[in-house]
Amino acid sequence: MKRFAPKLAVAAIVGASLGLAGPAVAQTPKPGGILNFVVGSKIPSYDGHRESTFGMIHPIRPFYSLLIRVNPDNPSSPTDFVCDTCEGDVPAPTEGGTKFTFKLRKDVKFHDGTPMTSADVKATFDKIIFPPEGVPSSRKAFFTMVESVTAPDDYTIEFKLKYPSGAFIPALATPFNFIYSKKDLDTHGYEWHTKNINGSGAFIFVQHQPGAFVEGKKNPNYHHAGKPYLDGFKAIAAPKMAVRLQAIRGDRAAIEFRGFPPKARDDLVNALGDQITVQESDWNCVLMATPNQKAKPFDDPRVRRALTLGVDRWGGSKYLSEIAIVKTVGGVVFPNHPLAANETELTRLAGYGKDIEASRAEAKKLLADAGHSNLSFELHNRGVDQPYKVVGTWLIDQWSKIGADVKQRVQPSGPFYDTLRKKHDFEVSIDFNCQSTVNPLADVSKFLGSAGNNYGQYADPVLEDLYEKMNRAETEAEQYNIMRRYERRALDEAAHEMITLWWYKINPHRSYVKGWKIAPSHYLNQHLDNVWLDK
Amino acid sequence: MSKYLLKRIMLSIPTLLGAALFVFLLLRAVPGDVCELRLAGTGLYADQEQIDICREQLGLNKGLLAQFWDFISGYATWDLGQSMWTGKEVTYEIAIRFELTLQVAIMATIVAIIIAIPLGIISAVKQDTWIDYVVRAFAVAGIAMPSFWLGIIIILGLLILTQKWFGVPWMPPIDFTSFFDDPVANMSQLIWPAVATGYRYSAVATRMTRSALLEVLREDYVRTARAKGLFESVVINRHALKNALLPVITIIALEFAFLMGGLVVTEQVFNLNGLGKLFVESVTNHDYTLTQQLVMLVVVIFVATNLVVDMMYAWLDPRIRYS
Repeated sequence: MKRFAPKLAVAAIVGASLGLAGPAVAQTPKPGGILNFVVGSKIPSYDGHRESTFGMIHPIRPFYSLLIRVNPDNPSSPTDFVCDTCEGDVPAPTEGGTKFTFKLRKDVKFHDGTPMTSADVKATFDKIIFPPEGVPSSRKAFFTMVESVTAPDDYTIEFKLKYPSGAFIPALATPFNFIYSKKDLDTHGYEWHTKNINGSGAFIFVQHQPGAFVEGKKNPNYHHAGKPYLDGFKAIAAPKMAVRLQAIRGDRAAIEFRGFPPKARDDLVNALGDQITVQESDWNCVLMATPNQKAKPFDDPRVRRALTLGVDRWGGSKYLSEIAIVKTVGGVVFPNHPLAANETELTRLAGYGKDIEASRAEAKKLLADAGHSNLSFELHNRGVDQPYKVVGTWLIDQWSKIGADVKQRVQPSGPFYDTLRKKHDFEVSIDFNCQSTVNPLADVSKFLGSAGNNYGQYADPVLEDLYEKMNRAETEAEQYNIMRRYERRALDEAAHEMITLWWYKINPHRSYVKGWKIAPSHYLNQHLDNVWLDK
Repeated sequence: MSKYLLKRIMLSIPTLLGAALFVFLLLRAVPGDVCELRLAGTGLYADQEQIDICREQLGLNKGLLAQFWDFISGYATWDLGQSMWTGKEVTYEIAIRFELTLQVAIMATIVAIIIAIPLGIISAVKQDTWIDYVVRAFAVAGIAMPSFWLGIIIILGLLILTQKWFGVPWMPPIDFTSFFDDPVANMSQLIWPAVATGYRYSAVATRMTRSALLEVLREDYVRTARAKGLFESVVINRHALKNALLPVITIIALEFAFLMGGLVVTEQVFNLNGLGKLFVESVTNHDYTLTQQLVMLVVVIFVATNLVVDMMYAWLDPRIRYS
């Protein structure tokens, strides 16, 4: 019983945070205080339009506003978006789904006092969607459906699409789409925001000591009335996970927004009991194994299919979720999204059946048919424990059960990506797809051989065609059906990729941190305007 | 003296050039680059066009000779370039971390000297007694125990013990406050890494002090001093110790130089925003510009430290003259 007690404590605290302990009593937010939080990654530049790391989002996002954002009160929903600097609800499209008209709030001001108008929003999205040559924009590819952005008056902004697309609204809510002042862009140019900050967010930039911390103070003119509650925040850089964990335990920081492995959660809860609250969520990141189809015998779909059949995802979920940040069995789409496969549909895919012995028997037969009963290969992996090396080691064990002799080659991140993107000298590699806003129509482009972040070295016109049709499908039902065919093609028939498990986000934090709700991505819900301290 | 100094400085130029070439080539021999890491390493959609723009902007598409020229010619104009990761001036990135690293290095050196010199003397004077055995065991433990491990134990110990004693777990601050702004906050953060590092450092110096002193204590002039009837403390302090300190000073100085760039893991454990942590980050980020300048800084510190040690030799041993 003594050994079981900590698990019960963890389960109770997690359960409470997930709303399993009955209806929560709404508390009145208390204003004031400084939130200290730790960030495990570094800030490259302050420019959201070019950067891709949470190391920038966590400390810098609170200084900026977006046009629309994931609903801060319901961030776990992958489809609930609300206006940030626009008025009312997120508008429905007109003109057959090809036009979105946003009415802007009139009370939004940049921190330098300049009122925000549609000219700023237009300049921002022109920079993101149609950047001049040589100007980086990491989210440009998300907006291939946009034909033009116009500002008919000071407080109206219109997006004209080339075709109706369900990917547009989630792309618009991407947390990197900081609204910049046109004046800044015109006066200082496109590089200015890499080193300077002038947003309209809940907090005003105070200082940044590179490698140490970013400090922000409350914006008294913030457009969401009564917010933010905090007087300020301090985002402390702490690259080592042990330091971040100890910082929360020693109350040097109240929270870390990315996530900890299960063992770290248990350690914190065991040490501090109800002073720690745990929030958990499915995570819009998935770990995959990618065979290099230019390397024999992985050009043979039977071999690829055998490998995916050999993996016991349901069993792996049960045990790996106790030691690693992975848990949920899913297909190509984020598990909680309406476009995701349900369990019945999943079990029809190769490697997702509940009878693992039958799957493995089929895998052995496929390998024998392909002349590779004694398959031996190298699994290329990234030199990061969570979850890469843990899952990599598990995969090797899984494949040994179909007679494959697999060795693991682990490389630091730099050489790892060089192998994937330039050298291509791998047989099967661990890879991952980790996005911010849940946007299945954009996220699943990862499985296309033509995608910039696909490393499988294949071309599959069938998959490309399905993707094109899905993107132009006008109803969700139609999208859903095409998505199933797309999924079957990518994971089963051609077995281009082997999805292992979806990540699982675990955020243990000091219980006095209130208002912040976990989202399915560590990039989301980081504006901090609804966070308050119950001290 | 000035001629000797000038000669030593001139001799250091080929050393610096060699180091520059070595680090330049070594960094580029490692596969991968900063743009791939920055844009593809997060798992988000990574557009090759964006990576190409990044490479162009950072000059990674230039030839190796042009890149080396940019690196070396910067010294003539004191333009050491910008960090490829943050875009900030390298001099700024280094300067903001220098104070912390220097302070930890000085504090660790003080801790080491306070422990090493008295223990080394006692151990030598009480050779082969139980006191000597205890001191030697203490020193061997210090050498065997990595300072980062000791650091982890210190932090965990503080958390556990403070929670047990006061009900609230306490750990040292994780963000730096300058000594001149708040000495208490500063010391409450830095004393622990100084102790963790200083202990290992003292262990080496203790053993060196002991063996050097034992050697000197067997010299004829020490026997003569004792024969003259001098007190043992005078014999040890005035006649033996000064001569025994030459190798100890070399060890202490080289360790100090090492601490200026080598506190890599200890800085990570205590979350110190110093040069060691910056070194790790710049290498893992493939930030060529910053790594090159950090290596050159460490080389300069080592060259300068060696020079200072040579100067001190003459002060300690008048028989040594510069030529």
